[in-house]
Amino acid sequence: MKVQQVHQGRLKSPFYSRLAELDTVNEWHQWKGYSSADALYCEDTEYFAIRNATAVFDLTPMTKYRISGPDAMEFLNRFVTRDMAKIRPGRVAYAVWCDDQGQVIDDGTIFHLREGEYRLCSQERHYAWLMAATIGFDVTITHETEDVASLAVQGPTSFSVLDKLGLDGLDALKPFGLMHFDFEGRELMVSRTGFTGDLGYELWIEPDAAEALWDALFAAGEPYGIRAIGTHALELARIEAGFLAAYMEFLPADETVRTGRSRSPLELGLDWLVDFKKPNFNGRRALAEEKRNGSTWRLVKLDIEGNKPAHHSYIFANEKGSKGEIGFITSAAWSPVCKQNIALGTVRTPHGKVGDSVWVEVYYQREMHWSRAMARATVVDKPFWFPPRRGVTPPGPY
Amino acid sequence: MTDRYDAIVVGAGHNGLVCAALLAKAGKSVLVLEANAQVGGAAVTREFADGYSVSACAHLLYQLQPEVRKELKLALEMSAENMATIALAEDGQHVRLSGESVAGVSEQDADSYRNFHRRMTRFSDLLRKYQNKAPPRLGRKDFRDLLTLGQLGLDIRRLGKADMREFLRLIGMNIHDELDERFDSPLLKGALSLDAVLGTHLGPRSPNTIMTYLYRLAGDHGRVASPKGGMSRVSDELARAARGAGATIRTSMPVQRIIVENGRVTGVATEDGARFDSYQVISNADPKRTVMQLVGARHVETGFAQRINHLRASGNAAKLHLALDGLPTITGVSKRDFAERLVIAPDEHYVERAFNPAKYGETSPRPVVEITFPSFRDESLAPTGKHVLSAVVQYVPYGLKGGWNDAAKDAFTQTVVETLSSYMPDIAKRIEASELLTPADIEREFHITGGHWHHAELTLDQFLFVRPVSGAAQYRMPLDGLYLCGAGAHPGGGVSGAAGRNAARTILRGEKAA
Repeated sequence: MKVQQVHQGRLKSPFYSRLAELDTVNEWHQWKGYSSADALYCEDTEYFAIRNATAVFDLTPMTKYRISGPDAMEFLNRFVTRDMAKIRPGRVAYAVWCDDQGQVIDDGTIFHLREGEYRLCSQERHYAWLMAATIGFDVTITHETEDVASLAVQGPTSFSVLDKLGLDGLDALKPFGLMHFDFEGRELMVSRTGFTGDLGYELWIEPDAAEALWDALFAAGEPYGIRAIGTHALELARIEAGFLAAYMEFLPADETVRTGRSRSPLELGLDWLVDFKKPNFNGRRALAEEKRNGSTWRLVKLDIEGNKPAHHSYIFANEKGSKGEIGFITSAAWSPVCKQNIALGTVRTPHGKVGDSVWVEVYYQREMHWSRAMARATVVDKPFWFPPRRGVTPPGPY
Repeated sequence: MTDRYDAIVVGAGHNGLVCAALLAKAGKSVLVLEANAQVGGAAVTREFADGYSVSACAHLLYQLQPEVRKELKLALEMSAENMATIALAEDGQHVRLSGESVAGVSEQDADSYRNFHRRMTRFSDLLRKYQNKAPPRLGRKDFRDLLTLGQLGLDIRRLGKADMREFLRLIGMNIHDELDERFDSPLLKGALSLDAVLGTHLGPRSPNTIMTYLYRLAGDHGRVASPKGGMSRVSDELARAARGAGATIRTSMPVQRIIVENGRVTGVATEDGARFDSYQVISNADPKRTVMQLVGARHVETGFAQRINHLRASGNAAKLHLALDGLPTITGVSKRDFAERLVIAPDEHYVERAFNPAKYGETSPRPVVEITFPSFRDESLAPTGKHVLSAVVQYVPYGLKGGWNDAAKDAFTQTVVETLSSYMPDIAKRIEASELLTPADIEREFHITGGHWHHAELTLDQFLFVRPVSGAAQYRMPLDGLYLCGAGAHPGGGVSGAAGRNAARTILRGEKAA
């Protein structure tokens, strides 16, 4: 009997043909149904493209929803914790959203595309929760992940590359701004946003123009060291930038079963995103109570002694660990650009104030045998990597 | 005159009136706004045909809490107290239930019934105690919550080992299996099934119908009474108590919306454009209407709005009122028996079969009927020598396939009359006028979303700690200044006043603590 083989249901991004052409290592994983490259040739080289030249990352699998209708702004204002009334058309907002208990469901970016029309972008899918939130609002939610091809173009030379591509007027684009351009008769949206903590842009276009855009971009970027990258390189840059990732720094509240395993925005250092002046938003009551009574957890950025990345380590208040653990590391890396052993972690309050010293239990393996070292770590305030060019408008050429 | 009040109660249903009266008694300035011209909500007497009046929705009183009667010093005159139930048989071999005794069944069934009734009464007493308390919140360290919860646990334990096990076994069960195990008489099983499912969207084989049966007993050990002058007598008396305590009641003043400003309730706006201010708005309306319509989902959080939106609250009981030129003939029923409660539920399968079509948006071809002749006990309700038949009819789905219209109503009235004719052969020719109130009519005329007499289905997932929904079970809604005091709140429907009283006590206690 002939067995009918079913084609594996993995989606290919509109950039897949170009990525596959460049790919030499064949390391892919599944990201929300799409094939996404871990690396294309060498994650170290790819990382240095982010920090020294221009890196191109295929963002298409990022979940995207179009939010429109007369109540779109009011809807979003109830949906996220920050004040969306302040986000004018042409601006982008980093935002976080919670359940009624004030626990983070996800974070993402909201693009105010045109008056009353928004795009919400996040790692996870949220259609059910968005639809639940529409009750009582005149708003339309459209899932458009597959309808938009997107690329992150990040790094010190990224402006020069896009300038060369012919995006006139891009120099005026400020961080968290967006502009519309014409690309071969198609609308190309460019936002000055990214996940690397450096100068960088994100490009958004219809899928059938994706390959043409890629080709033009790489032609323009050739003199500027443009390279395609995979998620491993991006992940390192993400930690250096001190950005949060779902399933790393927090577990989406709607995926969490055990009490106390989710996190509130206050526990993730996102107080600045929670606007209590807004009369109502999801989680407001619970967060106001948390603000009064104090949080349980605190997110920390740690500068750790030594050079061994503190993956999955417990955090202690003292070197002997005699008072028990106070938390654990959620993301760790040796940062080549900062020359620092860095990590993000979660600790119980009142521990983890900026300037505090804590101890991290680092396990490492040498020739099969495991060793353990207690390394002193300092809680720092600023992102590990925050070059001035990230905020300068117009960005200079490199 | 000021338009600011300490509390505004939306809706002068019996719970709203109880709540208003108790708040006013505690010295609050209270305004009650009622959409209809009459106070009482679904507990009213209305003229439905020239010279004929009837209790429009609720027609029997079996749950009015003694606490409410006492605290408000209600002067109520009953036209009947402790009515018996007669389960009608087509051949006239009826079964008669009164208290713990039953006649017309075998010796064995009568014995079984005595035991069954005693045990059920014992369990329902437990329920009754907690009907008069705000349900405790779970997972909180609040002292009162823990105390109530501890008491509940202790009270269940104090039933004794055998009864505790029995209670825990029965509470989620369906009544059919239990009745089938205990009794032989189909009529007895039918009548008890009817008591368990009346007013619900449940059949005797639905889980949870022992709980609804206990709920019915919990009022007054299952004793059924009828106030003289119909249900308006109760409501008018409550209104008198509220006014006497200083509350202002304004009728024909439909509230258009509950005003939310800066994240809290600040008052109400009426349909005629008036505005009344208060930091406490207590809604006697059902939870859906309160949150989705009067407040607006955008003023509450998503999870709460979603839970309220998902409340199961579609009614399945209709009221049929017949104006009769005289009492009908019923084989085996003496004239005196017209003062009692007659039921058409010849066996438990009949009740379940009647429920089946309702699941698919159709009415029962052979409905279950609870019949009273209020005019027999109370001459004020009909012209001399003439009579009123007041019936609760099941099953009549709110969401009828094709929708409710006059033709559908006429057809169903005909179905009920045919069913009645099997027991009262001369009924059809005695009818001078009729009125059928489907759940859709009840929704429109009494402003109850879905026309459900409990405001929200009375099932374990919408009961006690989670009534109407989790996070809102203590009358206080998750919006500052908003309270619920109607049947949608704990403990549920029936003219009991428990929800209104508990709400008032919660509000007063909250103020004391603040």
